[in-house]
Amino acid sequence: MNASDIRTLAADVLAGIAPEADLSGVGDSEDLREALDLDSMDVLNFIIGLSQGSGVAIPEADYPRLFTLRGLVAYLAK
Amino acid sequence: MPSLGADMETGKVVQWLVKPGDRVKPGDVVAVVETHKGAIDVEIFLDGVIDQLAALDQDMPVGAVLAQVLPQGAPQAPAPVDRLVTQRPGPTSPTADAGGRDAAVAPPAFAAPPPPPVGPTGRARVSPAARQRARALGLNPDALPGSGVGGMATLADVAQAAAKAPSAPDQAPGAAAPHTRASGFDAVQMRQAIAAAMSRSKREIPHYYLSDNIDFMAASDWLEAWNRERPPEQRLLGAVLLLKATARALREVPQLNGFYENGAFRAATGIHVGWAIALRGGGLVAPAIHDADRASLTELMAALSDLVQRARSGRLRSSELTDPTITVTSLGERGAQSVLGVIYPPQVAIVGFGRVVPCPWVVDGQVQVRPVVNVTLAADHRASDGHLGGRLLAAIERALQSPQDL
Repeated sequence: MNASDIRTLAADVLAGIAPEADLSGVGDSEDLREALDLDSMDVLNFIIGLSQGSGVAIPEADYPRLFTLRGLVAYLAK
Repeated sequence: MPSLGADMETGKVVQWLVKPGDRVKPGDVVAVVETHKGAIDVEIFLDGVIDQLAALDQDMPVGAVLAQVLPQGAPQAPAPVDRLVTQRPGPTSPTADAGGRDAAVAPPAFAAPPPPPVGPTGRARVSPAARQRARALGLNPDALPGSGVGGMATLADVAQAAAKAPSAPDQAPGAAAPHTRASGFDAVQMRQAIAAAMSRSKREIPHYYLSDNIDFMAASDWLEAWNRERPPEQRLLGAVLLLKATARALREVPQLNGFYENGAFRAATGIHVGWAIALRGGGLVAPAIHDADRASLTELMAALSDLVQRARSGRLRSSELTDPTITVTSLGERGAQSVLGVIYPPQVAIVGFGRVVPCPWVVDGQVQVRPVVNVTLAADHRASDGHLGGRLLAAIERALQSPQDL
């Protein structure tokens, strides 16, 4: 997946979790959990969506690398 | 009209899922009732055939008759029918009326007024969930074709209309479907309802409080090992361990699992944990996870995930709101370190878990860094004393030291 595909995937998954959220207002290095008020269940659903949408296995220890848009683009593009 | 919690006074039937002549059995979802907690799927607790239904879209007090049901096995019985308010008959409710027939009626505190007139409801209607979904997708809810009961437009109709629509603005319907979170509740109404219930709690219940710190290392190590071997959709959250440990501990201290009513404590028959869920946009519900002490961790995880999603999209079931025997609130990884709860009447206790934090911890005379979780109990002093409450916290602590047995 290229960076643009990954951003679209992240936006789609987040739209399901926090439909009222405006992702365009979230900075690249902002913590998505803070910016979108995601709780532990939301974060898990986010990871499930990213993993299924990208085909990338995401170990639990790597979750923190996906908490920002920049981080998750880098992680899933590798 | 069932009482879906101490904070509910009225409700409104917005959709009937059955019609006169339909056969129903206990547990069937028969109606959608709009309350301050959103649209609730109301289950029936009678076995029989639907005879009459209350009118839609009318504010009805708790205890009002929603439907009449001909008891099963007596379909030709002439006049007598059971009055039904779809309330599970509790020990304080009469279980039989004068004629000896099964009757599910409101608790004695609420007199059931005569059933409101049932009239034909010819005009097309849209269920609240469908209306919200339609709006979210940029469709006109009133223009939807209705395929539901009485021509009601349902979520299925929205999905169909959305599939035909040229282009939905923000989201593809497919992407939106699994996680729709239209807040199916009125935030102002919900705030008022919480205010009423919590004021009653603080006015009537003499709370006492206990607090303890628990070494969470065994639980956290076990969880890490479990999750390492599994794909994300099969992983567990720490909350599930807290939930199960609490439910198990309550078996040892049943005096904290139940209700204080009419001047006395009544122990509950099952351990149905009300799990506090924060709603986006404000507000809170604590629907039941039934028999939490008997479910496996994977079952609890699935139940929790499903419950959170339905709570936020406004589709809880009536039994989930009426059945909790205790409340548990867990603040999660971004929460505060400690929470002292307010008891939800007529329950007698609420257990609170803070965020897990690394702390200095003394092990065998040496200071180590351990993940630590703070647990609190707020309990009703009319029903128990601190000594008993301390036993519950100790039992929770013990359960969390052997996560493999949970």
